[in-house]
Amino acid sequence: MSARVGVITFPGTLDDVDAARAVRYAGGEAVSLWHRDTDLQGVDAVVVPGGFSYGDYLRAGAIAARSPVMGPVVEAADRGLPVLGICNGFQILCEAGLLPGALVRNSGLRFICREIRLRVENAGTAWTADFTDGAEITVPLKSGEGRFVADDEALARLEGEGQVVFRYAEPAPNGALHDIAGVSSADGRVVGLMPHPEHAIDALTGPSTDGLGLFSSVLARLTAAA
Amino acid sequence: MVGVARVIVDVLPKAEILDPQGQAVARAMGRLGVTGVADVRQGKHFVLEVDDDVSDAELERIAGTLLANPVMEEWVVRRGSTVSDGAQA
Repeated sequence: MSARVGVITFPGTLDDVDAARAVRYAGGEAVSLWHRDTDLQGVDAVVVPGGFSYGDYLRAGAIAARSPVMGPVVEAADRGLPVLGICNGFQILCEAGLLPGALVRNSGLRFICREIRLRVENAGTAWTADFTDGAEITVPLKSGEGRFVADDEALARLEGEGQVVFRYAEPAPNGALHDIAGVSSADGRVVGLMPHPEHAIDALTGPSTDGLGLFSSVLARLTAAA
Repeated sequence: MVGVARVIVDVLPKAEILDPQGQAVARAMGRLGVTGVADVRQGKHFVLEVDDDVSDAELERIAGTLLANPVMEEWVVRRGSTVSDGAQA
């Protein structure tokens, strides 16, 4: 039986369909979750996809982080459920307190939409085990508020504990501190990144198929655990 | 009846966080011919109408967990004048 991965849709979510497709490409079963759900339907992992949840009112991800479905997601993550946040999903996980730091307006104030190379800095997380440390992948970046920030103490901890999972392989176009593109929780089960691996799973529609590795990583772990 | 008072919450990006919007505004001020504005930080101003029995601690929790993100913002909560008093109706 294939592992079941929940994909959350909030009002304003855009990339849930691609995220569900990526789960299926990697051999998993995608389970649609709605922002008002309070039952995660027993899924084995959750993807919080990108978009502009609740119109990005207040701050990007701020309202979604307090929506009904996020209560059980936070509880499950505390018990070790693998959770991946992509773009707005990353912002939501930061706002929900599952990931450290915050995402603010790009330093150049422009929305950035292009392919970008990332370096996998930690292939030991639930979502990166199919990569090797230092591997470079090409995925799209499309965000206006993607500049990762955290205070010096938090940055030092992230760097020291291997919680920087993805780094831009060029100076961060959005001004992200330490060129950080993605981070993880201390246990490596919750990962968030600004670029979009779910848009890079098929050569027909994406710049590469590199993004599939995140989804295959978690599915391999779930299958091995079953 | 419980009275209702206006509560103001002002939220600003922390000084150490780059505020490119504030910088863009500051540059535009120069184009108006006004010199002497050294820095601008752009934030948010919330006006809440709050029952008097809502405690300072609850207001602080609203501000610090929802209206502002403590990772990147600082905030000030101020209780203002009474908006209306149900007892006088």
